[in-house]
Amino acid sequence: MNRIKKNRLKDQIFKAWGIFCTLLGIVLLAIFIGSILVDGIQRIDWDFITNLPSRKAERAGIYTALMGSVWILVLTTIIALPVGIGAAIYLEEYANKSKLSSLLEINISNLAGVPSIIYGLLGLEIFVRVIQMGSSVLAGSFTLALLILPIVIVSTREALKAVPKSIRDASYALGASKWQTVSRQLLPASSGGILTGIILALSRAVGETAPLIVIGALAYVPFAPSSPMDEFSVLPIQIFNWISRPQHGFEVNAAAGIIILLLITFVMNGIAVYFRNKWQKKFK
Amino acid sequence: MRKLLLITAVSLTVLSCGNNKKDKETSSINIDGSSTVYPVTEAIAEEYRSEDPDVDVTIGVSGTGGGFKKFGRGETDISNASRPIKEDEKKIAEQNNIDFIELEVAYDGLAVVVNPENDWVDCFTVEQLKKIWEPGAQGTITHWNQINPEWPNEEIHLFGPGVASGTFDYFTEAIVGESGSSRGDYTASEDDNVLVQGVSGDKYGLGFFGLAYYEENEDKLRMVAVDGGEGCVEPSTQTVSDGSYAPLSRPLFVYVNSSSIQNNPKVVDFMNFYLNEAPSLLKDVGYVPLTPEEYKEQKEKFKSFVEKHQNNQK
Repeated sequence: MNRIKKNRLKDQIFKAWGIFCTLLGIVLLAIFIGSILVDGIQRIDWDFITNLPSRKAERAGIYTALMGSVWILVLTTIIALPVGIGAAIYLEEYANKSKLSSLLEINISNLAGVPSIIYGLLGLEIFVRVIQMGSSVLAGSFTLALLILPIVIVSTREALKAVPKSIRDASYALGASKWQTVSRQLLPASSGGILTGIILALSRAVGETAPLIVIGALAYVPFAPSSPMDEFSVLPIQIFNWISRPQHGFEVNAAAGIIILLLITFVMNGIAVYFRNKWQKKFK
Repeated sequence: MRKLLLITAVSLTVLSCGNNKKDKETSSINIDGSSTVYPVTEAIAEEYRSEDPDVDVTIGVSGTGGGFKKFGRGETDISNASRPIKEDEKKIAEQNNIDFIELEVAYDGLAVVVNPENDWVDCFTVEQLKKIWEPGAQGTITHWNQINPEWPNEEIHLFGPGVASGTFDYFTEAIVGESGSSRGDYTASEDDNVLVQGVSGDKYGLGFFGLAYYEENEDKLRMVAVDGGEGCVEPSTQTVSDGSYAPLSRPLFVYVNSSSIQNNPKVVDFMNFYLNEAPSLLKDVGYVPLTPEEYKEQKEKFKSFVEKHQNNQK
């Protein structure tokens, strides 16, 4: 065998390995989604969405957990958005390249890797006990906002970095101040990327269970929250609760709950992809 | 950016609709504690809602210990517990001036199960179970024939609840003699359904968990009788409630805070409903009711506790 043939063979082998790696994740996901769909799809109807929790699997619904999740999502967005984007703009546009700012940067990246249960403990002490929010939707949202803040900051900075230098230069050349440049040029130009980062961070937040259990989210709540100070449950807790029950009917419920939760994350990811494509075209 | 604000505004508007139910005069009852007792209390809360829809009952699942922590701080009205309150937990409650009452609401049996293909075991004595599960068995008791020479010379595979669960505490206390003392080399899971899967897929498996999980999986598992000194007894509604399935049947408790009784008449109402309705609702969730006399006893105990505290108030 000459060298050319040998190299071609290596090439083929690597290609096959690459295909295997790509398919592995997708196939596993497909198997998982398939089995969940088989188990749960027949359970999903309007009653399942609007019913309260119940001891009887066939009467139980996800209404309060779903509303809790929606509340958490909205409030977390409201809290994490301005803080995260503000911090990213400061680090990217205003901060000098000093030791302090590189220390900040390292710490923010590290925070992104802290296990979520630690944020739960932090939230329990600060928001629930010291600030005395109680085990409320607000305390849960603040905790999750902290959890996703590093992701929001990092992705916002990436989006700002991706804005072509020519846009900045043009803006300054016309005599715009830094703030005018940021607010009128950089933010609109990078909003696709920023939005993508935020939505991906929120898809993570909507699936979190551990930190919310720690701060005292409940398993049985017969009402949807009507204010940020109300107690709440969320979908992942409801699913976890069902899956550990002895009666088989609850397993079906859990599968159905998982379908709804997956649907929410898929839709959110879909929105992220849509906005990214739209903005990318605009600024090329 | 503007679009995002719009989305947020719209979703907030959507949220604020359909939430005007709660404006009426409502009172709330906060419950937390054991996840084993949770299904019972959930069933009661669900039924109580049709009795008195203006009372919001909320239930958490922090576990028996976590529940007592909140109860001792006065954060909850009622605490679910799968074991009696411990001395140090009691002390914390006393420090915070919290008087409380302990009420038994149901029985739970622990089933010892093997694979249906296992044709050699019909009955374990407590000594045999102790020999299998005590801390000293770790690494030494590894084969079935070490427990009884007539049993096969095959590895024994053990499945049980994790150390954080009240079920684990109870089993170790009843069998080994000391709560929490057990060998560590067994497959542990907080989710009993995982244990069911384990034993049902392993001919040489052995496990223990709540009776309700056996009853839902009768086709996949075989229950083993336990001899607590007076012959082999299989767990059933009958043997658990009359106490003959010893030592693996246990009572489940709820604890009620006295100041909740003084401040919120609905708590008294709810507890009366609890003790009245428990016998008929327990079957749905897989637990065993107390005998009618025992319920009567618990009701009287609660009544005198309520009277004592309502008189104190005046």
